Parts: sequence; C-alpha cells; structure tokens
Amino acid sequence: MNPYLPHTPGDIRSMLDAIGVSDVDALFSDIPAHVQSRNRPLGLSARDDLAVHRHLTTLAERSTGRGLIPFLGGGLYDHFIPSVVGHILSRSEFFTAYTPYQPEVSQGTLTWMFEYQTMICELTGMEVANASMYDGATALAEAVLMAHRATGGKVVLVPCSLHPRLREVLSTYAWGAGLALHDVPYTEAGRLALDGVPDGTCALIVQQPNALGVLENLAGMKERLGKAFLIASASPIPLAVIEPPGFFGADVVVGEGQPLGNPLSFGGPLLGFFATRMEHLRRMPGRVSGQTQDADGKTGYVMTFQTREQHIRREGATSNICTNSALCALAATVYLAALGPDGLRRVALLSYERAHDLASRIAAIPGYSLPFRGPFFHEFVVRCADPERAVRKLRQAGIAVLPPSFLHPLGVHDGFIVAVTEKRTPEELDRFVVALEGK
Amino acid sequence: MSTIYDHGAPGRQAVALPQLGKVEQGLLGAIPADLRRRDGPRLPEVSQPELVRHYTALSRMNYGVDTGFYPLGSCTMKHNPKLHEDLARLPGFADLHPLLPPEACQGALALLWETAEHLKGITGMPGITLQPAAGAHGELTGMFLIKRWLEDRGELGRRTKILLPDSAHGTNPASAAMVGFTVVSIPSDRRGMVNLDALRGALGSDVAGIMLTVPNTLGIFEEDIVTITDLVHDAGGLCYFDGANLNAYLGRARPGDMGADVFHINLHKTFSTPHGGGGPGAGPVTVSEVLVPYLPVPEIARKGETYHLDWDRPKSIGRVHPYFGNVLVIVKALAYILSLGDEGMRAVSGGAVLAANYLKAKLKGAYKLPYDQLAKHEFVLSGEGMGNGVRTLDVAKRLIDYGFHPPTIYFPLIVKEALMIEPTETEPRETLDTFAEALLSIAAEAREHPELLREAPHETPVRRLDEARAVREPRLKLDF
Repeated sequence: MNPYLPHTPGDIRSMLDAIGVSDVDALFSDIPAHVQSRNRPLGLSARDDLAVHRHLTTLAERSTGRGLIPFLGGGLYDHFIPSVVGHILSRSEFFTAYTPYQPEVSQGTLTWMFEYQTMICELTGMEVANASMYDGATALAEAVLMAHRATGGKVVLVPCSLHPRLREVLSTYAWGAGLALHDVPYTEAGRLALDGVPDGTCALIVQQPNALGVLENLAGMKERLGKAFLIASASPIPLAVIEPPGFFGADVVVGEGQPLGNPLSFGGPLLGFFATRMEHLRRMPGRVSGQTQDADGKTGYVMTFQTREQHIRREGATSNICTNSALCALAATVYLAALGPDGLRRVALLSYERAHDLASRIAAIPGYSLPFRGPFFHEFVVRCADPERAVRKLRQAGIAVLPPSFLHPLGVHDGFIVAVTEKRTPEELDRFVVALEGK
Repeated sequence: MSTIYDHGAPGRQAVALPQLGKVEQGLLGAIPADLRRRDGPRLPEVSQPELVRHYTALSRMNYGVDTGFYPLGSCTMKHNPKLHEDLARLPGFADLHPLLPPEACQGALALLWETAEHLKGITGMPGITLQPAAGAHGELTGMFLIKRWLEDRGELGRRTKILLPDSAHGTNPASAAMVGFTVVSIPSDRRGMVNLDALRGALGSDVAGIMLTVPNTLGIFEEDIVTITDLVHDAGGLCYFDGANLNAYLGRARPGDMGADVFHINLHKTFSTPHGGGGPGAGPVTVSEVLVPYLPVPEIARKGETYHLDWDRPKSIGRVHPYFGNVLVIVKALAYILSLGDEGMRAVSGGAVLAANYLKAKLKGAYKLPYDQLAKHEFVLSGEGMGNGVRTLDVAKRLIDYGFHPPTIYFPLIVKEALMIEPTETEPRETLDTFAEALLSIAAEAREHPELLREAPHETPVRRLDEARAVREPRLKLDF
C-alpha cells in the first residue's frame, strides 16, 4: 500500500456505501467519457522509497559543479548558514502550514512575519516591508509596476549595469504592462551615468552593488527624479555596513534575499524582499502582518491591508501574488536573529576584506587588471586577454567562477567576475592566485 | 506575544564566526566614507538557546498539516512526504549555483527535464516551462503567452477581453489585469457551471480567451467543458485552465484533451510539496501546440544522455524567472510522481474525490448545500440560516476548539456564507468521521448554545483579533 494513501479496501467500500455509489470510477461520471478514454498513462510503476531515494541521489551526484570551490556570485552567494536555521525551518508547524488565513492558529507565522518586516526595514532603511516575493527579479518588476501605477509614467530608466537576469525578467513584465525600458550607461568607473530624466519616467532603477560589483553613490539621485520613483535593487549582506538606499530617499528597495540563510538551490526557491515608504503602503504588493489586539486586549498579529490583495480586490489588486516565499523569509529572519548586528557586520566585512585581498593580488599578476575604478564590495570584474582560458585554468585547479558570458550583456567581453564570501579561506584564495599565475 | 526583539541582551550572538583581519588592522582600504553606514541595522542580540526556544514557542502557536486535519478548500493541504525533504537537501541540488555552465550541472538539468516530461504527459500537452514560482505566477505567464500570441497574429489591439466565470479565484482577474486585459465576468447557471448562453453572448472578435478552473471552485466538474473550449476556439480565443484543482482528476483525464491551451500546475497542491507557511510553491505551465513558440527561454533540451539549454525560440516571451524556477520544490514533485506511478496517481484523485463526497454525504443534512452535484475533490456548504445570528465565521472558529483547521470561508463569492471543504486523499476515514461529527455537533450548538460559537476559539494563544484596529492604527514593524 502507498504510505500516503490510508484508505483500505474496507474503508473504500464503506465510504462508497455512505455516498450511495458502486465504485470509485462512478464518482467520475461527470468527466466526459471521451475525455477520460483519451488519457494515456506515463508507463510508470510505483517505486519504493529506497528506489526513489536512489534515483534522486544519482541525479544529485551527477552535477560535477558541486565539488568545485565556488567564487560564484551574480546575485546569489555562498554564505555560511548556521545550523539553527535548518533546525527551526524543520519545525513542521511552520513548513506544513499555509498562508495564515486563521490568525488564532497562525500566531507563529504572523509573529515571525512581523519580525521579518522589522528586520528588512532595518536593513534597507525603509518604513514598511511585505512578507516576501518570489525572488529579487520579480520583486524588482513588481516595484516598477507599482511606480507606474503611482506616477502614470511609462518610461523606466534601467542601468546598463543591471544584472542581466533581472533585466530579462523585468523586460517581460514591462512588455506585459506596456512600459518602455530606457538604458542608462555607466561610467568608466563602472558607476551609473544618469544624464537626464525624460518626460513620462516612472522610475529609475539603481542596483547596489551593480552587476559589475561596483557600489553606486545614491546621493542626490532622488532629487533629480521629481515624482518618479527611485527604486533600489540591493544585495542584503553589504547593507550591514553601507548606507542603505532608504537613507537617500529611495521609494522602494527590493532585492534577492537568498544570501540571508538560504542555500543556492540551483536558483530556486529564492526570496524577494520588498520595502517602501508608508505613503506608498496601499500600492504595495504582497502580504503584510500587522500588530493588533484580541477580544481580551492581548497583543496578536493578523494579515492586514488585505484590500490591496487579489482575493479581495481581484482585477483591481496591486498584484496577483498569492503564494510567496514564506519559508525562505523565515530562514532570513532566523539567520539575521542568529547573527545579530555584530555577526552580520562581520560576515559583510569578512567578505569585503577577502574580496579586496584577492582582487589586489590578482591585479598584481601580469596580464590581469581590475577594469573598474569604482569601489566594490565582495564581487569584482577581472580584465584579461583570454577570459575563457583563465576560467579553464581555475577550473583545472578545482575553482568555479561564473562563465565570462555572464558579462557579455553588460558590455564586458574581456573579463570575468569573481565573488568572495566569508566562507572562502586564505588557502582557497592562494589557490586562486596560483592557478592564474600558472601557464 | 513576544517577538525575538524581546529576548537577549547586548553582545549576545547565536553563532560563532571567524575574526576579522586585514580591514580592522588597517591593512586594506576600508569602505569609502561616503558609502559607509552610520547607524547599523537594529537586529536581535540573542544566544542560541534563546533563539531556539523563541522560534520553537512560535512554531507551537501554529497549525500545520503535520498537526492535524487542514481541509482548506482550493489549497489541497495533503500530507507532505518526509523522504522528499531529505532529497531536496541533497547538496547536489541545494548547494548548486544556477549560473554554472550546463556541463557542470547535468544532474540538476536531468531532474528538470525528467519532471517536465512527466508533467507534459500528465496534462496531455506538448510544451512546458518550469519557471513560474507559484500558481499565480503561472497564470501571469499564461497571460503573457496569450498576449504574445495575439501580438504575433496582429490581433493585440483588437482582442482585449478575458472571460472569467464568477466563481474564479481572485488571482485570475488580477493576473489578466497585469498584462492589460479587461476582465468580463460570466455568470454560473443553476448547476454551478458556466452559463453557456451567457458565454455565447460574451464571445466575439474582441475576446482573447477564457480562464477556467476545472473542476470549478464549487468543486464541480464543468460537464460542458469540451463545448466551452470549442466555443472559445471557434470565436478565435484561447483557453487558460487554472490547475489548482488538478488533484480532482490526476491520472484519469488530461486538460490537453479538454481543449486547454495553457495550464498551470501547483506542485505545492497536487504534487504534495509543503506550503511553507505561505510559500514557496511552484507553478509550472504546460501549453498546447499553438503556444509552444512563445514559451520562456531557455528550454531544457536533451541530446543523447546530455542536457543543454536551448535559446533558439525567437518568439519567446522571455524569462519570467531569473533561473530555472523553484528547483527544490520540483525535486519533491518528481519524487512524488515516481513513488506513485500511474496507478498511484489514479488512486490519489480517486481517494480525494471519495473523501469529498463521503464528507458531503455526511454533512448535507445539517448544513445548506447550495449546489448538490457530484463533488470532485472539494465541496461548498453554506453557513446561512444556522439561526441565532450564527455565521460561517463562527462555525470556522468553533472548529478550532475541536482541534481542526477551518475550511476556506467566504469563497467562492457566489455562495453566501461559504464553507469550502477539501479533505484530500491522505486523511484516514477515521479523521473524516471525527471531523464530520464535529461539524454536526457545531450545527447543534448553533441552535442550543450559540455563544459557544460566537466566542470561539477558546483555547488558542489569542482569541479573535481586531482586524479593523490593525488598519486604523497600522503597526507593521517594531517601533524602537
């Protein structure tokens, strides 16, 4: 018997009798017979647990990339995940629950959502955050749609240094909504070169740090935009030690929350965070937990401002989002609580110093240089004559970096990009340098 | 209710990290002053025991499928197999970076390819994308596909309407609106099915398509499904099927054979992956031949035993996800398909429909049943006319006292005081009996002791919460 299907033949018989039908197939008489007869089985017989385990384990072990030392970034980073995160996430009262529609039996979820919203506001310097979006890319796209609704503008200013995958997802959403993307070039330093703001602009996007790894200076940008939105797509770990976009008047701050306690997961599930100002609250997509009181005056939490959402407002909703990335947001909450302000700062600075250490050593190797003078955080572009060959040399030394083609849409054809986290040891950094120095 | 910020003391930390080196010692340039953060983020400062106890305490204030029966209609809260959690944590999936070149991630691409083939087979549709991260994201992808198809045919400005039965999920109209379609509501008839005359009246050269939920949100299968899709196709439109209710006919019938052009699959419903307290899920989309050219790129393709990414789809809508979709959710779905096999999948829909009709038979005497049809995987009762001013909300809250998670309430909108019950196939008959007895007993209490319902729940960490106050005095984060 399948372990997930408890009905015995006796159960089935007595249930059929209670309903008053002869067999289970009779319960499907409302599906047209010619439709049912066209059904084709997959040719799969049921497998036992051991066989399923074996099959999936074999697949998992076939990916050779897992064994390489990762200097991989591009928006997703290999940070250390404390064991407590996995253990809290394994509490099945959290992970086998659904959206907290019934607050009396969902205070666990609603309370951590409230904590998460607080922590995201603290990181980003914003006033209100939702309880998560699918990923950093769709969070950015939703931020742009929100700016369009708020301002009526149809032009989006998009940096040429925006992560190519963010741009691709954004361009699908923008096309769907009838918005136009205008490129904003970058300077020789690798920083945004905002020339002017055309009429009808609904938003300027700034990525912090950008896809070249360079940190942007947001000072004065909001002032140049008028009523158009300043939308920052920020990487969360650097926010521990660099001034957050909220400080510079950003209207929305979004980003990819994976680095906060979530594994790389071959790119999914991820965590989109989304924060804005209270004045924009009623335009914000996604769920929000709010504090209130119960009938006895005791503090509790509920999903609130639901009139923005699809299940109430339908076609007038601020977004169609329903299922989000709750469990990944719980991971981020536990991660940030486990590290605390000092731990998060240390993770950020360890990544920063190891990246700078490696960058300066690479730049000292003949034939290698750092093309962008702008300040960087934990990821940087390396210029060389034959990037494919450099990447092959690293690969032979057991080191993985992103394929040089990642930089092609960004206009860089003579380099590759390197990310460093606190997990990379001094020995691994040495190995990296030695590999590049070799023939 | 304490938050994590109520615990701990300055200087406490729940994890030991390496010491800082060269930056602190001044050996490397520090962060430029104009970028440096002045006031650090205010985060909790707790030791590990405090951290673990706080979140364990929070978890105990939650109700999950592992806690008990969770008959939340439209959400398919079935058992989440434990084997699958272990498989999703395998480092070959969980620790793999998606931007590695295909030759370094053959196993993960094989997983995606294999799952995609099975899902195409299950739905009877020739094209698929695994990118959508949730059901609503799948809907949006479907709307993008229909828009691109119209654009390609030069009909974009002309066909602007999406038809929608009045029983549809709220995500449907919201998804259609996000790509600029106008939503036209089609009323249901007395059977709870699409009113064919109304449909004929609404169809015309301005219609882009229809969004159908099959079976619909009343749990009723549209007996005229093929007529409906034929009518829409004849009028030049396409048919979107919301697959939230696939559990009702898994392994027995295929949307592709019913005339669907786009179909989204909620892996977190039909394919048993946990709901995570609201997510993540996964919403793969399968399509008919006509929409294959517009699917998101890249396609995961196989040549011999090697997998690669095929970008050659010039008419594609582009990407809807930055990488491949929610891969770890897909791991669990594949494990589920393999453990069930063809017979198991038939047994799933058989068990789900059996359980729903069994509960319906037990309850229809005590509660109003506005549409007394053969149910599929769920059915909708009404709390109207319970007497003593008792409402559906009160019934739902009283169920909590009996140890059950309430059903979905006040949806679908076409039933007053709706109670939407979806038992799923993974509940033992004994649980169904106990649940039915609880609802029968609550119906009696409504007549004799209505205050028991109105004041429910009684044993929860908090009682009914003041939702109006939460809006009037918004407190959406801690004030420091």
